[in-house]
Amino acid sequence: MLQIKPVLAALKRHKAGTVLIGLQIALTLAIVCNALFLIQQKVTHLSRTTGIVESDLLTVGSEWTNASGVEVGSLVRTDLQTLRQLPGVADVGVSYGYPLRGGGWNDGVSTKPDAKQSAALAWRFFVDDHVLSVLGAKLIAGRNFRPDEIRVVDSHNLVTPAQLIITKALADKVYPNQSALGKPLYIAAATSPSTIIGIIDHLQGGSASSWSDAISDYVVLEPKLLTDKSNAYLVRAQPGQLSAITKVVRTALFKTNRMRIIPDGEGEGAGVRSFAQVREQAYKSDRGMAIIMSVICAVLLIITAAGIVGLTSFWVSQRRKQIGVRRALGATRGDILSYFLAENFLISLGGVLAGIVLALGMSLWLVMHFETQRLSLPYVLVGVLLLLLLGQAATLAPALRASRVSPVEATRST
Amino acid sequence: MFAYYFELGLRSLRRNPALTALMVMAIGFGVAASMITYSVFRAVSGNPIPEKSAQLFTPQIDSWGPQQNLKGEPADALNYIDAMALMRAHRARRQTLLYGVGMSVLPSGNDSLPVAANGYAVYGDFFPMFEVPFLYGGGWNTADDDRRAAVVVLSEEFNQKLFDGANSVGREITLDGHDYRIAGVTRHWDPQPRFFSLFNTSGFKDATDFYLPFTRALDVQANPGSNSCRGHMDFSGWDGWLRSSCVWATPWVELDSAVEVARYGKFLEDYATDQQRAGRFAWAPNVRLRNVMQWLDYQHVVPPESRISLLVSLGFFAICLVNTIGLLLAKFLRRAGEIGIRRALGASRREIYTQYLIEAATVGLAGGVLGLLLTTVGISGVGLLFQPQIARLAHLDFSLVALTLAVAILATVVAAFYPAWRAARVQPAWQLKSN
Repeated sequence: MLQIKPVLAALKRHKAGTVLIGLQIALTLAIVCNALFLIQQKVTHLSRTTGIVESDLLTVGSEWTNASGVEVGSLVRTDLQTLRQLPGVADVGVSYGYPLRGGGWNDGVSTKPDAKQSAALAWRFFVDDHVLSVLGAKLIAGRNFRPDEIRVVDSHNLVTPAQLIITKALADKVYPNQSALGKPLYIAAATSPSTIIGIIDHLQGGSASSWSDAISDYVVLEPKLLTDKSNAYLVRAQPGQLSAITKVVRTALFKTNRMRIIPDGEGEGAGVRSFAQVREQAYKSDRGMAIIMSVICAVLLIITAAGIVGLTSFWVSQRRKQIGVRRALGATRGDILSYFLAENFLISLGGVLAGIVLALGMSLWLVMHFETQRLSLPYVLVGVLLLLLLGQAATLAPALRASRVSPVEATRST
Repeated sequence: MFAYYFELGLRSLRRNPALTALMVMAIGFGVAASMITYSVFRAVSGNPIPEKSAQLFTPQIDSWGPQQNLKGEPADALNYIDAMALMRAHRARRQTLLYGVGMSVLPSGNDSLPVAANGYAVYGDFFPMFEVPFLYGGGWNTADDDRRAAVVVLSEEFNQKLFDGANSVGREITLDGHDYRIAGVTRHWDPQPRFFSLFNTSGFKDATDFYLPFTRALDVQANPGSNSCRGHMDFSGWDGWLRSSCVWATPWVELDSAVEVARYGKFLEDYATDQQRAGRFAWAPNVRLRNVMQWLDYQHVVPPESRISLLVSLGFFAICLVNTIGLLLAKFLRRAGEIGIRRALGASRREIYTQYLIEAATVGLAGGVLGLLLTTVGISGVGLLFQPQIARLAHLDFSLVALTLAVAILATVVAAFYPAWRAARVQPAWQLKSN
């Protein structure tokens, strides 16, 4: 049976080692459970859905260099025709703003004119009548824009649109407990209202950055073509045709009109991006943080385990004679094994208790300085279990070696 | 003696290869994690213009009022009306407004494909204020600003792209369909972070291609890359937008003494008071005057990922060191018998202490070398977490190599203080007796 007293008595003679293992376990616990929590938050963040069909979707950004105003309207129409005729293309729409684009336009919206404070901040996407179906966003009430409703305007002449389509999340926010369909909405403190003609189930805003988390599901679609902003053609490919289209799209557009810029490269500013790339770039730092934290956790646990193995082995070799004496006096191998496991358990328990305090303190500090969320208790419990198990597992090998010490050792002089 | 202890240290390392490997790995991983994250932190948190950061200030004026401003703080840029008022008042020795513009250029004549170019609309004072170095020619003067001259300054890199690096001063280039005469070509100049242009952007951006007069940019209606607006937005046309609540222009002034700073602060207060009196602002003056480092701090230029990863790495390093203390203790005390004999043969405690510290230093050195290898590998992986503009700033230079080794050795020696002290306290009599 386990006897705590002799274990404690022995630990008193190894204060330094005990404190060191305990301290190491405490620090490891503090970092590991905060890191696990951070990883979980990042994974939740990057698992949010966009509300669109992400496969077989291509975004092509193109900016005119020698055209402005109405002229842009006809150039864009020509481009759309060109793109629709490419083999493998199902449909094409043009839009300023799409989910995870990496920035865009947001403004306050309200249900009354001259509201002192807006009801919500929302993303503004300026789209044509094809965008909804190209994205595969689900309209749950009302209707889509008609071709004749699309206005060609520049960003300094933003006439209030007659019609709007908004996301369900925004509809529920500005018109709680009632249908928003057919109701007015004032965008950016406009003096005249727009009518909500359609509601879509879900559409994510233009950025994945944490600053926009609160407005991530609030999107307003306006039937407009902005002539002075970098619009994107959203290309819906037929299944399996995405890479073929990606290869020819740039050439096809330059052939139609070469006075334009389609930025090349791979990064966030690239002109031609599949939606898979858009998503990857939008969540790059989230994913990177999750990976780095996982690596650090793993290495940390290995090093802590190795440290415990090292010190316990030392203790075992120091006490070979005492172990021999105990064995000679009738202790079984199991007694010796459980002695060392119990010793480690006591130290780990002390370390873990200190670690919980440290972990919560560290979390509090992170909340104060980085506006992260407060560490939730289940993560602390998982960390505690993990470290107690790790301690036992790391002690097992040296403890087994101790249990194999022969009673004859008692008679040796060293 | 040092060489002898060093050799003893090396020999002892070989005696318990597993224990030694464990310590070396702990130190190596710990120091590498810290150095990789530090290399990024060092790059993003540095002073971009050390010789003048205390003389350059960016004024802020609250034109949105308590209901719409940024939780009590004025907007991060000025609207057109306030920006122009500051320029007209001319209360600083040097002053400029600036905003980022994107334009297109045909690199080799009218048959080529247009390429995008990033530039800034600035006043002539911009160049002497920020000490922009020139390769050819120079900036433009106040007279050019006033007559809204069609001049441009190219960056060395852009001049290389367009003119193969030749002296292009006096030649013409076409930006967005308008012609400009090249006044100068800067030497490579890219302060990190780009402190002067932080409005709605991060401090780390692609290289600048050109600079053109602010006044000229307004004439050709060059859109700012970003603007923030409040209240009514049903303005019509460029002029309507200019007079709107939209902020987009970043002002900078050069103030050489505390007296001038105080005077300029007073001027801002007075300006806001006048606006309140005139009925334009319905709130008490709310102005700020921050210098470069205060501005970088306020704008949170250091990405939170950088701080968090540095802190986690330092915590990781601390755990590795605690681990090392334990292992060193085990390693040293295992040789209690040997220490007893040496002490009995006349070695002083100090000598034992020194010997074991030097042995620890050899562990630290080995850990440092491993750490250096891991740092080299790790720095190429920085792009996993940071945007490319930041990732490319992290690099292994001589100072980082030296720091890695120094930190590894120093930390291990500090970690060895207690184990070595315990080793030096071994009672020779006890050890000899039991043998």
